[in-house]
Amino acid sequence: MSDHAHDHAHGADAHEAGHEDHGLAHTTPISLLVGILGVLLVLTILTVSVTSFDLGSRGNLVVAMIIATVKAALVVTFFMHLLWDKKFHLVLFMTSVLFVILFLSMTITDRGEYDKDVEAFRQDQAQLNAK
Amino acid sequence: MSDATSEAAESPKPKSVPPAADHGHGDGHGHGHEEHDPIHLANPNLAHHFDTPQQQFDAGKLGIWLFLLTEVLFFAGLFCAYTVYRSYRPEVFVYAHYFLDTKLGALNTCVLLLSSLTAAWAVRNAQLRQHSLLKLNIVITIACACAFMVVKYVEYSHKFHDGLLPGPHFAPTEQVWELESFKHKHPEAAEYAEHLYKAAEKKKAAAANPAAAAPTGEHAAAGDAHETHVRPTEEQLEPLIAAGILGPKAETRDVPSKPRNAHVFFSIYFFMTGLHGLHVLIGIGIWIWLLLKANKNVFGPNYFGPIDYAALYWHLVDLIWIYLFPLLYLIH
Repeated sequence: MSDHAHDHAHGADAHEAGHEDHGLAHTTPISLLVGILGVLLVLTILTVSVTSFDLGSRGNLVVAMIIATVKAALVVTFFMHLLWDKKFHLVLFMTSVLFVILFLSMTITDRGEYDKDVEAFRQDQAQLNAK
Repeated sequence: MSDATSEAAESPKPKSVPPAADHGHGDGHGHGHEEHDPIHLANPNLAHHFDTPQQQFDAGKLGIWLFLLTEVLFFAGLFCAYTVYRSYRPEVFVYAHYFLDTKLGALNTCVLLLSSLTAAWAVRNAQLRQHSLLKLNIVITIACACAFMVVKYVEYSHKFHDGLLPGPHFAPTEQVWELESFKHKHPEAAEYAEHLYKAAEKKKAAAANPAAAAPTGEHAAAGDAHETHVRPTEEQLEPLIAAGILGPKAETRDVPSKPRNAHVFFSIYFFMTGLHGLHVLIGIGIWIWLLLKANKNVFGPNYFGPIDYAALYWHLVDLIWIYLFPLLYLIH
């Protein structure tokens, strides 16, 4: 127990000495921040203007989602400074993304399963109404 | 950890004993110890249960990331509802998107992106002890957040006014083909729907009051019958069927109307944007609190965690809007 504490304290001291000038984490340059905002705004204009082209029933949604994901990646990488952060935080975040993908894809595989029942119910209702 | 061992460790008070050995103490002991600790003396914002500013910062950072993780999963439930319903009833989404104002949505996207920049910049200001710039960036962030909520208020009040409410309260006052957004995109289809609707109305009026309509009724009916037999063009028909105004997905067979269960879209819309808006409101509260804190010039290279964590939360709120905007406003 006391050994562990010792190690810990030493590690922290080393950290302190090494980072005294820079603070506790990476500082993002202003030019980079403003540049990222510029790219995000351009992508926003792009995603709005692309809706005036017909890319098929799925095409527009796929393009919109790709642009949104690029924007999200930019925000997470630079604004949320995951690029310079501990990799563990990246792992945490990607885990949540993975589970969202699992959640959505598992549900979507199931969604057509009840079509027949719904249609049968609707026809029953229509017959009842007709009587 | 027993009290006896820690007491023993503390009493001689050698320099080499790390403050970590003090964990598990009651508050009184902890504070007593703090007074003699050079790191804590040098960092008035370092909580007594942390050894170093780095440890305090890392602990907070891990905490906020865990919180953001739960937030992502929290919103995932709503995104799931959206996905299921959109794949199940695409026509409802096509129908409903004509009621949403893309310009206001795009404006809100830009406002939120700008506030994300100022939030990220505020973190830099805090790290570099730029007190007045920090306060300015927080104020701009709050202003953007308020602008977002004002636009949201305008949008919501329009929806309430037009009867576009979720669930059983859904009673749109306007037909979708009467909307500018629909007319602009499909002028022929709008005209055709209007024509069909008027013809149906006339027929209904004639049926309800056959005596008054009798002299001209037959002529009118004959005329209508003749006109409706003209085959509609692709441009006239396709947008109406895609939006569930006509065809098998519509509420009524012959009269142009709205798709069945159109109200579900507005349940999803209000729940998603409402929950997001609530997050923006909470964000405003957090930034105001931090502005008050920043006013005391407490932030610096060894203590900028609160600004960093709030900014991370704020970016996540932005992130969710990045997906909400195309999913709700830019349906094709």
